[in-house]
Amino acid sequence: MTDAFRKAKDPVISVRNLHKWYSGVHALRGVSLDFERNEAVGLVGDNGAGKSTLISILSGLHAPDEGEVLVDGRPVRMKGPRDAMDQGIETIYQYNSMVPSMSIARNLFIGREPLKASFLGLGILDEARMRAESVAAIADVDLHLRSPDAMVGELSGGQRQGVAIARAMHFKSKVLILDEPTNHLSVKETNKVIGFVKSLAAQKVTGIFISHNMHHVFACCDRVVAMAQGRVVLDRRIGETSIEEVHEVL
Amino acid sequence: MRLLVKTFLQKPELAAVLLLVLLIVLFQVLSNGIFLSAANLRGVLGLLPEMALVAVGVTLLMICGEFDLSVGSVFALMPMSMAVLMAQGWPFLPSVLVGLMLCAAIGFANGWLTIRFAIPSFITTLGMLFMARSLTVVISGGFPPRLDLERIPEHLFVAFVGPGELIRASFLWFLGLALVVSLLLSRTNFGNWVRATGGFLPAANAMGIPTARVKIACFMICSLLAGFAGMIQVLRVGSPLPSMGEGMELAAVAAAVIGGTVLTGGIGSILGGIIGAVLIRVIDNGLVLSRVDSNWFKFAIGALTILAVVGNAWLRKRGRAMKVEG
Ligand SMILES: Nc1ncnc2c1ncn2[C@@H]1O[C@H](COP(=O)(O)OP(=O)(O)O)[C@@H](O)[C@H]1O
Ligand SMILES: [Mg+2]
Repeated sequence: MTDAFRKAKDPVISVRNLHKWYSGVHALRGVSLDFERNEAVGLVGDNGAGKSTLISILSGLHAPDEGEVLVDGRPVRMKGPRDAMDQGIETIYQYNSMVPSMSIARNLFIGREPLKASFLGLGILDEARMRAESVAAIADVDLHLRSPDAMVGELSGGQRQGVAIARAMHFKSKVLILDEPTNHLSVKETNKVIGFVKSLAAQKVTGIFISHNMHHVFACCDRVVAMAQGRVVLDRRIGETSIEEVHEVL
Repeated sequence: MRLLVKTFLQKPELAAVLLLVLLIVLFQVLSNGIFLSAANLRGVLGLLPEMALVAVGVTLLMICGEFDLSVGSVFALMPMSMAVLMAQGWPFLPSVLVGLMLCAAIGFANGWLTIRFAIPSFITTLGMLFMARSLTVVISGGFPPRLDLERIPEHLFVAFVGPGELIRASFLWFLGLALVVSLLLSRTNFGNWVRATGGFLPAANAMGIPTARVKIACFMICSLLAGFAGMIQVLRVGSPLPSMGEGMELAAVAAAVIGGTVLTGGIGSILGGIIGAVLIRVIDNGLVLSRVDSNWFKFAIGALTILAVVGNAWLRKRGRAMKVEG
């Protein structure tokens, strides 16, 4: 079962035989996958299938209990989200990774603040740069917001997701993971996210798109991976499968 | 109205400033002009740094999403340990340093226990409140040692300075420390992490912020400020009492809340905490001068705290209701 995945020639990320337990719950049971460079992969599966657990390992939030992660073919041990970010892996989390009580500009740079002067890692914020760069980053993802000083808590769900995407793109990621980014979004906002995932390849970014909605995945991905009960149960190129087939294995 | 709500929403301490101005005018009238006299101001400003320094630390910690109920006990323990050491012949400076190190250790313990065992800081620091108070009484041996004023650089802490001898040197310490903490919170990356940690912990963690260390640092700063404030009080009155600072933890929380800090973390400002502390001192002093039964003092502070929380919640609701164009 663990070998039923599509091997890639030049994978940007590979995982081999990943296992993860949450105090008794066996959330991942030997997951092996290759993520081809500049490919958009849709990750589907029922609630509790282990999708979020898999990406939390890729984004450095959790360590696997068994198995290994390779980035550009080299095994890596990530000790925290910063290690993943430093490897070029940006994640947009299912339960928003924004702080509502902080401004857009502040949110964009949490943990990666540009500093005017610093000593032992602590320093003075370069606020002018933060504001200017966040205006540019937001414009780059075609989002129109009044001011970088607006509180994130005042934004709509779609706008927040837009800011999260702008943040990920601003830090020039090579892999972008989106965990159910279309939940609670309007149809229009959802279409925008789907269009964005489609455009990733042109920007030389590998996308991992998690969704409940098979139509969304088939609309913007090159490949679909289905998970059930902590295992990969299907791994096909979009052209080689159908929504019905994926539904069948789930 | 929109503009007004918006302004108050962005600067919740503004409402407290407005109230402060109103109260000053009111007390000035009620006290027949004594309130703003040099002699009275000297009294108010002389006591202010003690309470306000504690409020600064508590405000910072609350913005980081945690509580410290042990500040009142640390306020007593630091000067008591210093006085005991000095009574044994230690010079002033080393005694102060040992006292401050003790504060840092207590702050570290508060933070480490809270995070390591995932217990609410309300409980950790409640325990520490009793332990630090008990230690204070134990090391005093029942007889609070008198400070040998000869060996204390009084001019550095309690001497009256400035125009008209209006303020004590301690006020300058307070201004300096408050400014440092305020800039730390608003202008540095550490401040950004504090707000993120208190504002939404999962997001802060996901963005790779060392939230445990950030929280422990805030606990330590809070304890250090409380201990330093206690020292200033003891240098002023000349002898540490084992009971000093009792009830201060709650007054400091009240000050922070009155100044617009939110109990759930993420929102608030150091300036707000200071204004809250000033309000409390002004009400205390103003009631006395206006010959109101001083037992109304706690009533007033309590009412003001509730009013501040209700008012801020209302403002936030109004703020959310306002359409924000994209
Ligand atoms: N932090 C956690 N603590 C304990 N159990 C968890 C935790 N996160 C996920 N799980 C469990 O692990 C399994 C996989 O969950 P998850 O990865 O969130 O699935 P998905 O994202 O596919 O819905 C579920 O049974 C879930 O209850
Ligand atoms: Mg999930």
